[in-house]
Amino acid sequence: MYLLITFFAAIIATIVWYVQMPKDPYKVSTLSFMYWGASLMWLVDGFFCIAEGEPFLEMSFKDALLGFTAVICGLIAWMTILLVKGDKINFFYK
Amino acid sequence: MACFLVPAAEAVVITVIKKSVKKKEISKINLKSDDGVPDIKTETGLSWSRKLNWLTNLLWGGVFLLAIEHIWHGEVVLRPPFLTAMNNPENIAPMLHEIATVGVSMAIFVTAIWSVMVLVSDYLYKTTAAFKHAMGEE
Repeated sequence: MYLLITFFAAIIATIVWYVQMPKDPYKVSTLSFMYWGASLMWLVDGFFCIAEGEPFLEMSFKDALLGFTAVICGLIAWMTILLVKGDKINFFYK
Repeated sequence: MACFLVPAAEAVVITVIKKSVKKKEISKINLKSDDGVPDIKTETGLSWSRKLNWLTNLLWGGVFLLAIEHIWHGEVVLRPPFLTAMNNPENIAPMLHEIATVGVSMAIFVTAIWSVMVLVSDYLYKTTAAFKHAMGEE
């Protein structure tokens, strides 16, 4: 379930990045790559689960909660990167 | 258990390579601005430091979110030895097996997707540049 949630977050972040191209004042590309990286890695993990006879996706509330936690942690990491890299003015005032 | 360690190791290596490439590009390219960052365009297309930046973002981002997932599942703790599998000698062999199979596959898969992305972006860059050039001539 967390794979699906992160995958949709990656698609949304990519669309936002694409709309802002070629400028990327809020570094949405970083957020997009973060979600894509996690989605690809969990996809590989899912294939190994199938090989071991386990389900590819677990549709449970706990897994959904993990997915949303991962998305929120990604957002926090992205905001931290924006602040640390000196884009405070863009982030708060633009 | 600790599959994200392989992409993490790759991310460290690629970050070091990226910084080295960036330094070389800065010394080669005449900067149009004084911000210390190489221009996006080079004579051959997108700069390698930018392409490697995509890969490091993919790897570090993935590693970060996978670390969150492992903490969630109790496989990683924030105190030594950090990996709960290390507490039981019987779990060390399965952990190493997972690192060697799932971890390596993750690193290869992400790098393969990035390679395709680089090829596609280079193709798009060239065709768009050719298109702009053709429009300019008309």
